[in-house]
Amino acid sequence: MVRFILSKFFYMIVSLFILISVTFVLMKAIPGNPFMSEKAVPPSIQQHLMAKYGLDKPLYEQYLKYLGNLARGDFGISMKMKDQGVSDLIWGSFGPSLRLGIIAIVVSIVVGIGLGMLAALYHRKLIDNVAMILAVIGMSVPSFVLASLLQFYLAQKAGIFKVMGLNGPLDYVLPVMALSAQPIAFIARLARSSMLEVLHSEYIKTAKAKGLAWPIIMWRHVIRNGIMPVVTYVGPMTANIITGSVVIEQIFGIGGLGKIFVSSISNRDYTLIMGVTIFYGIILMVARLLTDIAYAFIDPRIKLSKGKEG
Amino acid sequence: MKKKSMLALLTLLLIAGTVLAACGSVKKTASSGKSGEVAPAAEQVFRINFSSEPPTLDPGIAQDNAAITVLHAMYEGLTNVDSSGKSIPGVAETWDISQDGKTYTFHLRKDAKWSNGDPVTANDFVFAWDRALKPDLASPYAYQLYYVKNAQAYNEGKITDASQVGVKAVDDYTLEVQLENATPYFLNLTSFVTYFPVHKSVKDNEKWAADPSTMIVNGPFKLTNWTKGASLELVPNENYWDKKDIKLTKIQISIVNSGATELASYRSGQLDFAGKPVGEIPADQIDAVKKELPSELSIKGVATTYYYLFNVTAKPFDNVKIRRALTMAIDRQKLVSQVTKGGELPAFGFVPPGIIGEKQEFRTEHKDTDLLSENVDQAKQLLAEGLKEEGLTAFPKVTLTYNTGENHKKIAQAITDMWKTNLGIDVTLENQEWGVFLENRRNLNYQIARAGWGADYNDPMSFLDIFTSTSGNNDTGFKNAEYDSLVKQAYASNDAKTRMDAMNKAEQILIKDNNVIMPIYYYSNTALIKPYVKGVIIDYAGNIFFDRAYIEK
Repeated sequence: MVRFILSKFFYMIVSLFILISVTFVLMKAIPGNPFMSEKAVPPSIQQHLMAKYGLDKPLYEQYLKYLGNLARGDFGISMKMKDQGVSDLIWGSFGPSLRLGIIAIVVSIVVGIGLGMLAALYHRKLIDNVAMILAVIGMSVPSFVLASLLQFYLAQKAGIFKVMGLNGPLDYVLPVMALSAQPIAFIARLARSSMLEVLHSEYIKTAKAKGLAWPIIMWRHVIRNGIMPVVTYVGPMTANIITGSVVIEQIFGIGGLGKIFVSSISNRDYTLIMGVTIFYGIILMVARLLTDIAYAFIDPRIKLSKGKEG
Repeated sequence: MKKKSMLALLTLLLIAGTVLAACGSVKKTASSGKSGEVAPAAEQVFRINFSSEPPTLDPGIAQDNAAITVLHAMYEGLTNVDSSGKSIPGVAETWDISQDGKTYTFHLRKDAKWSNGDPVTANDFVFAWDRALKPDLASPYAYQLYYVKNAQAYNEGKITDASQVGVKAVDDYTLEVQLENATPYFLNLTSFVTYFPVHKSVKDNEKWAADPSTMIVNGPFKLTNWTKGASLELVPNENYWDKKDIKLTKIQISIVNSGATELASYRSGQLDFAGKPVGEIPADQIDAVKKELPSELSIKGVATTYYYLFNVTAKPFDNVKIRRALTMAIDRQKLVSQVTKGGELPAFGFVPPGIIGEKQEFRTEHKDTDLLSENVDQAKQLLAEGLKEEGLTAFPKVTLTYNTGENHKKIAQAITDMWKTNLGIDVTLENQEWGVFLENRRNLNYQIARAGWGADYNDPMSFLDIFTSTSGNNDTGFKNAEYDSLVKQAYASNDAKTRMDAMNKAEQILIKDNNVIMPIYYYSNTALIKPYVKGVIIDYAGNIFFDRAYIEK
């Protein structure tokens, strides 16, 4: 187990290093700089600015300096949001994304698995059909369309919820609905099909024949085996949702990480681009690692010590 | 079977329970932001949305609309500007201007105080201007102070002795300013953010302008909360000398970069103001808004011009006849009434309405229709002549470049369509990301490119000096000695008539004689304001001031 995690960790560091280097080079290759605007700044002021942020140095020097600072845990200062540390900006905007994300994930998993189970139990019955129709709709309606519809009818027309912002508990309802609709649908379908497979397997029949109580069969055999595919999906989904959905944040006016990432690129805010990219990278990698570990807990057939190629 | 349905029920309960539990936990984490949701009329709250966050609230380096709008509520300069554009006393009670127009002496009011109770003195202005000009602050807007004697040399590092810069505190309440040239609009400039005083405490704290608790201000409001990426909140400054005129008890600024969300919010009553200059109403919603909320809609000219640039250094636009043909062959009225639809005015000149001339507005004294007219037949003939002069048999392949944006795209499509219909020429469209676009334009790596320019101060000079040969903003390659000397002449003179005549002449050279640019329209701002909000001022350039606003429900 420890060996497995250590080797994973080593690969994470290597991937991160590659990510940093490639992003750095690509970012510098985009024309423009953080100080451009329609109204050109006089050349002498442009020079002051470049010098202040070390952009007048050769590229390799900037790169090495950045790596050095990074090794000391210093993400630098934003070039656009003057005097604000990149790490402060990231943490500040990660808060709303994280809160929203966690709620959306919990809702997706619980509702998704629940729907899937119901559908499997009532295979080819009304509940199954209704659940699967809902799932198809949920899968095929893009989240931004759903978000706009929810916003228009429930907030603007009916006035039940606020149109924008994240100030009270009720403000979470619409973005969470928009964020979780697709994962719910996906999870429900996954859970249903794998659960059906399990329900028809020999060992369930054996268990039934032995006269085990239904709840025990359900809990010990059906659910544990049935949610394996769901776990595979939940890992990447978690990373995706937590790092913020740019579009949903935009529609509901939530100042999350997605918004910062997009604006940092159009602003050529070099330090912020790097910071957010690294942060995203780490979250994705950690989510994958956790998924691998979760496998082992659910399915004893998977042995961590052998899972090197991951 | 019965067992199964029991189980289903249990599952459902479990789901419901977990969902409710999740909701319950949300309540706990988010209940802190519950205050001030609904504003009673007595509470006087003004709610506005910004589509971008102020990158800084340091008046010495701020240069964007969002920051400037907030800073105008937080600080006060030597003068203020009233709704008609006239300079009125701010921190300075009175002022004297020398005969040659080069020395300004400001007499400061003795009751002006900082939010911590310190008096505002002439030294605070000297400190602030010196700070903004210091090369190591690297203020992108330092050039706003270049009118002050030796300010440019000091900023460029050519002189290091701060005492040579033309600003001096004669005593605590007298500020003397020496200018490089007589600058008739200097009073107007002293109400601009770069000229605001800054409290001396900022010397020891580099990050003071990012944190409300370290911002000591001298204006009507102070910042109490700044949640990065989400909101700003201002309350009145009890130490402001004119606090009796301040009615609002709170200003709430949300930061949401989506016109659709902003408009929906306004309609649902979550905002009191939506639209320009700090927010946005989506262009495709303007028709609906005009129909549904006509009494809340405000459309106002903003002294900004939308135009296309020709790269005059490369074929085929090194030929003035070809440039003129394209400039004459579009229907601007049709464009503003059917494409942009935001109350814009067709433009035939570069200096927009709203800019003051000798006695009246410059555009009233010098009609833009004298510079340019639309005439398809003449355009066709000019195009044919131009092509012949260039030795071309057909119109070459030409690309029109614009920065990515829905509105720019629609306009470019409409214009190329008019060229095709009227002149029979094909022009390819290309959109570029903002940074890439600016870089290409600056390096003259284009044929026709979009541009827009707004006033920094209320004088035609704010526009015309960008096309001098040495200007960093002249992205056309146009170099004309007579133009340069006319601009210089206007700079040097203190006589209104001489200045305006010179600038009128310069504009004629730019457009009538050379067609360096193709004016398209004069911008207007579209905004929605709730009928119960009074006293919001939108000035000639579209800047918004809400420090004296009040709520009347």
